Amino acid sequence: MIIDDKLIAYLEELSRLHLSDDEKERAKEDLSKIISYVNKLSELDTEGLEAMSHPFDYTNNFRTDEAKPSFDRELILKNAPKSKDGCFLVPKTVE
Amino acid sequence: MDFYDKTALETGALIKSGKISSPEVTKAYIEKIKSADKEINSFVTVLEEEALKQAEEVQAKIDKGELNSPLAGVPVAIKDNICTKDILTTCSSKMLYNFKPPYNACVVEKLKAQGAVIVGKTNLDEFAMGGSTETSYYGVTKNPFNTNRVSGGSSGGSAAAVAAGLVPYALGSDTGGSIRQPCSFCGVSGIKPTYGGVSRYGLVAFASSLDQIGPIGKDIKDCAEILKAVSGHDERDSTSIKGFAYDFSDSFGGDLKGMKIGVPTNYFGEGLDSQVRAAVLSACVKLKELGAEVIEFEMPIVDYAIPAYYIIACAEASSNLSRYDGIKYGYRSEKGESLLDVFFNSRSEGFGMEVKRRIMLGSFVLSSGYFDAYYKKGLQVRGLIKKSFNEAFEKCDMILSPVAPTTAYRIGENVSDPLKMYLGDIYTVSVNLAGIPAVSLPCGFDSDGLPIGMQLIGQSFSEAKLVKAGYAYQQATEYHKKTFEAMKGGRF
Repeated sequence: MIIDDKLIAYLEELSRLHLSDDEKERAKEDLSKIISYVNKLSELDTEGLEAMSHPFDYTNNFRTDEAKPSFDRELILKNAPKSKDGCFLVPKTVE
Repeated sequence: MDFYDKTALETGALIKSGKISSPEVTKAYIEKIKSADKEINSFVTVLEEEALKQAEEVQAKIDKGELNSPLAGVPVAIKDNICTKDILTTCSSKMLYNFKPPYNACVVEKLKAQGAVIVGKTNLDEFAMGGSTETSYYGVTKNPFNTNRVSGGSSGGSAAAVAAGLVPYALGSDTGGSIRQPCSFCGVSGIKPTYGGVSRYGLVAFASSLDQIGPIGKDIKDCAEILKAVSGHDERDSTSIKGFAYDFSDSFGGDLKGMKIGVPTNYFGEGLDSQVRAAVLSACVKLKELGAEVIEFEMPIVDYAIPAYYIIACAEASSNLSRYDGIKYGYRSEKGESLLDVFFNSRSEGFGMEVKRRIMLGSFVLSSGYFDAYYKKGLQVRGLIKKSFNEAFEKCDMILSPVAPTTAYRIGENVSDPLKMYLGDIYTVSVNLAGIPAVSLPCGFDSDGLPIGMQLIGQSFSEAKLVKAGYAYQQATEYHKKTFEAMKGGRF
């Protein structure tokens, strides 16, 4: 499979990543090698097989819905790169 | 007193008998880390004052008879993707260079309750993505046997620290071999537990349906005891199993009569280093001598494990790592004007190349147009792999295989070729896809003196059986002890 500039740009967008020109070239080469390799799976007939997203047969594993205290706001904001008035601070998003 | 070659359980017993105190042991290990780790680089953070304070508190409780766990007072190192309250937890990434979690992981709570003394956080491949610790933002962890070689990964820091005698035991995590392969490269023992056996609460998520925390120790008996200490149901991890407790009371002693060990012949074919093959096959002979019956069969499906694994692991990683946005915690770029700029720039500057590659691969296999051909297909193949293991375990109690196709390779040797690096995971990833347990044990050395590891794979929650076989093997052989003999004589 050919990984072109257009696909790399799309994957950057989906991944919320900007690659440098060097990184783009490397990503093109590496991803096409890796994707060609994983195409090996097409040798297997999996028609009608269930997709196994989890090691065990899990359905919902509910806990009792009890009100409990959560983390203290100040404690959580200690790790925030920027905060103000008890909130995470982000650039202005609405004019 | 020289106790650097003592196991965690032996160290705990010495502390309990009063022959040595927890603060003495802790201080000695920290001194050793301070001198030897300059060369090995197995720690990201060393906790000198905190550990000594903790050791004193634990010792007081031991003296009063309030603590009598086998691990009380014994130092431990924790892989740096496991959250420790108010202590840096970096995942060896620039993205979390300053992250101090507001809580302890479940396994850390459990160890602390048993009086374990945390001496530091160990190095890993960035976000546990890699097999050599070379992708760490904080530099590669070197192999204590030969510092030109990698320690393996991603739990390379934990394995190297135990091997070099810098700590009696450590915790690692295993998503595709990240406990077993560094154990193999560094000549120590480890367990990748059954999925759901150990709570993942506080383990920084990489691929949530594959990740498990597990022990790395000097021998399998230590590993079993540590696993028992950190396991159990936890409401905060909805995938942790209810109503199961590990019981190793029948694992230590007795022969292996009646035990059937399966050898998939295709695991020993092309691509496997001849010295590794010879060592694992001679372990097979030893297990036979101990009473086990050996049967051979083929498991051709394993050839598809790596592609299925990288599709699934990267898909889950791309989703899990979307939380790193530069807003809530971790690294934030100063560049850019808009909110989107903050996301893009923080992630582009904060993640290393391997992490970016895997996020992009994950975005690819999940994107519309490719989802069915890649992600869904990967999950279907995962089902086939699980089925193949189920069928194998109708014929045998456990499977013997190599851990890695080679011994520890040279630093830098594979770093420019990610696919080559991925192919090194051939024997380990299928175990994570199936959610089953496996142990990694030293079983020889190659002509360069580098350790060789073997793997015993069992069905879900059969750890006690795997440990029984591993224990019998280690009682009959000396390979696990040779690591610590090799480190004597002031090397580290």
